[in-house]
Amino acid sequence: MALLNVNDILETITMIQDENLDIRTITMGISLLDCCDSDINRSCRRVYDKITSRARDLVKVGEEIEKRYGIPIINKRIAVTPIAMLVAASGGDPVEYALTLEKAAQSVGVNFIGGYTALVHKGFAAGDLELIRSIPEALSRTEHVCSSVNIGTTKSGINMDAVRMMGGIVKQTSELTADRDCIGSAKLVVFCNAPEDNPFMAGAFHGPGEPDCVINVGVSGPGVVRAALAKAGDCSIDEVADIVKKTAFKITRMGQLVGDAASKMLGVPFGIVDLSLAPTPAVGDSVAHILEEMGLETCGAHGTTACLALLNDAVKKGGVMASSRVGGLSGAFIPVTEDAGMIHAARVGALSIEKLEAMTAVCSVGLDMIVIPGDTPADVISAIIADEAAIGMVNSKTTAVRVIPAIGKQIGDELEFGGLLGSGPVMKINYHSPARFISRGGYIPAPMQSLKN
Amino acid sequence: MKAVITVIGRDMVGILAKVSTVCAQHDINVIEVTQSVMQDLFAMIMLTDISHMSVDFSTLVDQMEQLGKELGLSIHVMHEDIFNSMHRI
Repeated sequence: MALLNVNDILETITMIQDENLDIRTITMGISLLDCCDSDINRSCRRVYDKITSRARDLVKVGEEIEKRYGIPIINKRIAVTPIAMLVAASGGDPVEYALTLEKAAQSVGVNFIGGYTALVHKGFAAGDLELIRSIPEALSRTEHVCSSVNIGTTKSGINMDAVRMMGGIVKQTSELTADRDCIGSAKLVVFCNAPEDNPFMAGAFHGPGEPDCVINVGVSGPGVVRAALAKAGDCSIDEVADIVKKTAFKITRMGQLVGDAASKMLGVPFGIVDLSLAPTPAVGDSVAHILEEMGLETCGAHGTTACLALLNDAVKKGGVMASSRVGGLSGAFIPVTEDAGMIHAARVGALSIEKLEAMTAVCSVGLDMIVIPGDTPADVISAIIADEAAIGMVNSKTTAVRVIPAIGKQIGDELEFGGLLGSGPVMKINYHSPARFISRGGYIPAPMQSLKN
Repeated sequence: MKAVITVIGRDMVGILAKVSTVCAQHDINVIEVTQSVMQDLFAMIMLTDISHMSVDFSTLVDQMEQLGKELGLSIHVMHEDIFNSMHRI
């Protein structure tokens, strides 16, 4: 070929065909600030109209791009302005908004809609408490709506009143959806340092600093990285880092291409590419298997944190040059139930919550998609959230907690969500009580790292 | 605008002829063809000019996939941009 190299062409096709390379999501961010009204019915109507007009062609355009480039785009999603801000203006029952989002999502045919969200890291404003209290009901009465609450930042510290509340909210959400394998809490994320432009669910929302409408892209491709490492054999660890970097570059270039195309076809500005390695439960699409390819018997063994730190850093270094704007979470994800290797590691007891917590200090996100016993007390969940938020706050990074209390189930049982959310065993937790600490409430002050001015 | 057509599978008589017939039917100009046998697999890569193509891109993709199914081969049609963006800085 005059311009294209035959091996390059075959490499791309192998990546897509055999190694599960895909675009995980194109997510349209839509601001709903101009839909606010003092009357909640009018407000909901405007929300519905705006989402369905802006995102009318999102799914169609996504499918066209899939055809043109031969690259699968797994999800088409929408992220909206934190709904607590609309509740502040309209009052009324926030669940009305959740039902409106659900209706809009179904009408345009997207896989998820995120933004049933409150940002309370420095305290509760109007609408915040109402929204948080309504989360269990909202998630039990909808299928596509995702919810998130930001309870801390490096700049502001941790809102321990919100942390205390969220332990109970997570549990209630599970209880209300106990008949559906507790799926409600798989769609609820508690954040520290939540990014405003994250295209991944369940934590996506459209931050108040974002433009009116924007397209963000999340790439995937753990299988491609693992295959590249397998080909390299027993090389030194700095060569491993180099291979990850090169592969991440190629994956991200594809994300950039798809984002550019979607932005042009929809007439909406292109926001960011999220440089994340996002696993799926499918065979050959696992982040844990990359770590194992680096030389660990099973993910969770000693050495896992070091391997993950290298992986996470190399993905960013490779990806950052490949994209004009990088954002979102950008790093490796370690959701237990969504990753075949993690599920296996949890089943055989190689991976514990404590090890996962250590891993979250060196990668993006946090304790993600972890099934815990149904009898876990709410204050233990709050304490898990507090620990994770502390890691995020001190390290100036995003951390999050998405645990699923498996109502009526014990160690050894499993939950089955299906699809990308996967399945997983109930993991052992530490029952020693943090009740007195959690009941204190108040705020953990911002750390010294916040004083950068 | 250019597209890359790749054919991968077991070698047999007439692959090139069948694929180029579909191209000709739709006013697609074949610019370059490379063939090789990798391991025991036959791989053919065609670079084509689709600027004056008489059908839309997704119809072409579907027709080639169909042809691939009939011949027991895997045939992909992909816009050249994906290769350029992945492999060239």
